[in-house]
Amino acid sequence: MKEKKRTTIVLFSGDYDKAMAAYIIANGAAAYDHEVTIFHTFWGLNALRKNESAPVKKGFMEKIFGKMMPRGADKMGLSKMNFAGFGPKMIKDIMKKHNTLPLPQLIEMAQEQDVKLVACTMTMDLLGLKEEELLESIEYAGVAAYLADAQEGNVNLFI
Amino acid sequence: MNIVKVLDAKGLACPMPIVKTKKAINEIESGEVLEIHTTDKGAINDLTAWTKSGGHDLLNFEEENGILKFWIKKG
Repeated sequence: MKEKKRTTIVLFSGDYDKAMAAYIIANGAAAYDHEVTIFHTFWGLNALRKNESAPVKKGFMEKIFGKMMPRGADKMGLSKMNFAGFGPKMIKDIMKKHNTLPLPQLIEMAQEQDVKLVACTMTMDLLGLKEEELLESIEYAGVAAYLADAQEGNVNLFI
Repeated sequence: MNIVKVLDAKGLACPMPIVKTKKAINEIESGEVLEIHTTDKGAINDLTAWTKSGGHDLLNFEEENGILKFWIKKG
């Protein structure tokens, strides 16, 4: 059997629409039988947060960051026309009409398709995010692990 | 044509038709044919490209009352 192709995506953005684009590409690539890695760093980590809060010990700044950032994919804002949270409501309504999968389901689908979801541990520390707050069955790594995947990559994206 | 499976992907938007097609093709044997129904206009180009890249054969394509039908033979 020929070697599998590889797609790697860096999800830097914490915007709902950009994360959606990343996950649609990831799901498509998985359907293309690629080995797919999404490396979440900075605001992109919020896509991996659980909806409910987890009992973790945090410092003052970490708590503030935790409160100010969206808790999970569904709470993320739009990169354009966010209108203080009204934009996402509108777009989700439209998405439902068009039968488009919302972001949380796209993430589930990616996990079902064995897309490797990686959280950048350095930025987790910066933003004060703990493993307990993030989704199950994801991986934790740094730049070297990402590059190991990316240097074999046929498709590399930074979103 | 040895159609062993029919996939109903009507109403589903990108990337679901391709994701479902991938799943369905995994469930059939080489040489068998998968029939796909979808309403996503992008699927014409998507499925054509996907079929070629995966080493399968797009045997036929029809459009009927807005429903796109594809027949893919697994390679």
